[in-house]
Amino acid sequence: MPLVELRNVSKIYHLGGEEIRALDDVTLDILAGEFISIIGPSGSGKSTLMHILGCLDSPSKGTINLDGTLIQNARPRELARIRNEKIGFVFQFFNLLPKLNVLQNVELPMIYSGMPSGDRQERAMAALKLVGMENRAKHRPMQLSGGQQQRAAIARALVNNPRIIFADEPTGNLDSNTGEAILQLFCQLSQEGRTIALVTHDPEIAGRTPRRIEIRDGKVATQADPKLSGLARN
Amino acid sequence: MNLSNAITVGFKEIWAHKFRSLLTMLGIILGVSSLVAMSALVKGMENGMRDALIAIGGLEKVRIEEEELPTYQAHLIDQATGLTMNDVRALKQSAPLIRLVTPEMRTQRTTITRGGKSFNPFNFVGTWPTALEMNQHVVEHGRMFTDMDDDYAQSVCVIGTMVRDELFGSPEKTGKEIIPIGEKITVSGQPLTIIGMFQHYESEQDRKARLLKLDQKDQSGVARSRGWQSKRGSSFVYRMKNGTIYVPLNTMWLKFRAASGTNNTPDPRLSGVSMKVASIDRLEPALQQARNVLLQTHRGLEDFQFQTQENWDEQIRSSIRNARMSGGIIAAISLLVGGIGIMNIMLASITERVRELGIRKAIGASDFIVFIQIIVESVVIAVIGGIAGIIASYALVQLLALVSPTENTPVITPNAMAVAFLFSALVGVLAGLIPAFKAARLNPIQALRYE
Repeated sequence: MPLVELRNVSKIYHLGGEEIRALDDVTLDILAGEFISIIGPSGSGKSTLMHILGCLDSPSKGTINLDGTLIQNARPRELARIRNEKIGFVFQFFNLLPKLNVLQNVELPMIYSGMPSGDRQERAMAALKLVGMENRAKHRPMQLSGGQQQRAAIARALVNNPRIIFADEPTGNLDSNTGEAILQLFCQLSQEGRTIALVTHDPEIAGRTPRRIEIRDGKVATQADPKLSGLARN
Repeated sequence: MNLSNAITVGFKEIWAHKFRSLLTMLGIILGVSSLVAMSALVKGMENGMRDALIAIGGLEKVRIEEEELPTYQAHLIDQATGLTMNDVRALKQSAPLIRLVTPEMRTQRTTITRGGKSFNPFNFVGTWPTALEMNQHVVEHGRMFTDMDDDYAQSVCVIGTMVRDELFGSPEKTGKEIIPIGEKITVSGQPLTIIGMFQHYESEQDRKARLLKLDQKDQSGVARSRGWQSKRGSSFVYRMKNGTIYVPLNTMWLKFRAASGTNNTPDPRLSGVSMKVASIDRLEPALQQARNVLLQTHRGLEDFQFQTQENWDEQIRSSIRNARMSGGIIAAISLLVGGIGIMNIMLASITERVRELGIRKAIGASDFIVFIQIIVESVVIAVIGGIAGIIASYALVQLLALVSPTENTPVITPNAMAVAFLFSALVGVLAGLIPAFKAARLNPIQALRYE
């Protein structure tokens, strides 16, 4: 059974009487352990797809089964718990809380899952070690470079041992060298057996993942656009 | 997320915006301190009023006075005996709910003279030594007359300080306190020896005013009386007490009543009987008991009535209630304004932190946790303000005492502090509700996009 199972998922917005189909009848499976990229131009609906996959948003139609839980019927409170325990987010703008230091940022998901403070610190340090940030635990986000901030954010995404990690343009705000290092980190995490879904508009990045899904006009493109899918790199 | 975490986050938020939080708290500080100070002032007022009530014998004291016969008994007027020593003895023996009985015999319009000075005292009373306890008198100099003085109808008296002031000179005028023990005074042509003098009775306000005047003694110019001093309501009680002369009951009867009686038989009727009930909670049954006894001795004729201080007590209660109500409303309004200040700042704070709240929600904070976090922050501001307000109320009370030095000392009660503190916490919860709802209902996707 796949880890994530989307069946005929649509997301429809109403804007001034006009119906906008951000997602149109998407059917998609993600298996445990997969490293998948979701690619598409801006406005294609890939962000909407990621929000729905990430339980931040609920679909207008269709069913989603994430690790045995039907998301479309879940109440906000259950969604919050699923986001907390089963999903890790990595954002383009890192989204660390500026008032907390790196360690406190990484501890945050465990605070919401109600873990005792001793375990929290231990696990947060372990996660920071995994991304090579153990020496920066007491720094504030503002004192770190973009790459370091993103590593801290990845540590935060990892710390509750989620079933799947969603990364939304994780290298979009980094220079190419740093971005490359972050991509390496994702590859390494994938090799350790984690499920990762990476949203990007950059075919080069999408080319690094074993599986690619292309979104165009709210639909999963059946025919790969060679320009976008990264196959036409040469 | 548990509560201590939420409180820690709340403190951090406040610390991150120290000045803003302080300004916000100021509203609560003012509200709470005015609430506490108001209640302290009212408490001081109440103490002053109660002191006056206690000074005339307290709520337990009941006077029995003569009264016209009711209409249906009017034709039996010849049988009415009035209050006599019979009644006193009967009450002492047969009314266990009455703790203390003291007879009083007065003469009207008595003039006391000494040398060229004369004075009409408020009370010239023949009574028993128990009158001391009955009317809360304290003999400061000399002694009270004894039962033996009474038995022998000795020509002795115990005076209040006002009598001394009028006949011998007051400490303010003579510059020293005269203690006229052993001196003789003349009452209606009969010499009396002063064997004791009461302490000087005065209200707290009068005492403060007097001490203040002592401090400012170096008033310049010709020495003169500076006009009639306005006297407050309660000080009448103290003036009356100071203008008292007690003589033994038998002295009064034999030496002062003899002259006024018919055919030189002294009139044995008492002017009144004072009694103290054993317990104020059992005032009603005690009065019933006393009435039953007196109806026996008066052969069914109701030529007496009871006089209690219940009305006075009720008056104190109602005026305190009114003062508390009006002050409380003003303080409550200022607390409300403080609460609106908190709500305002919390709304600004969540608008500022939309992105942070979005992040928190994305990584698993439920709506409820966000709600609680905002409420806790609001309550933390309010509670810190409340504690600071309680501390500030001490200063405020000192200030008020400085501004009006002759008023009753304000008394800060633990009750007032607890109420003010709870109110500030309640204001914190109420002020946090709307911002917390708004924060909890934030859509995480929009919040994450918020710049």
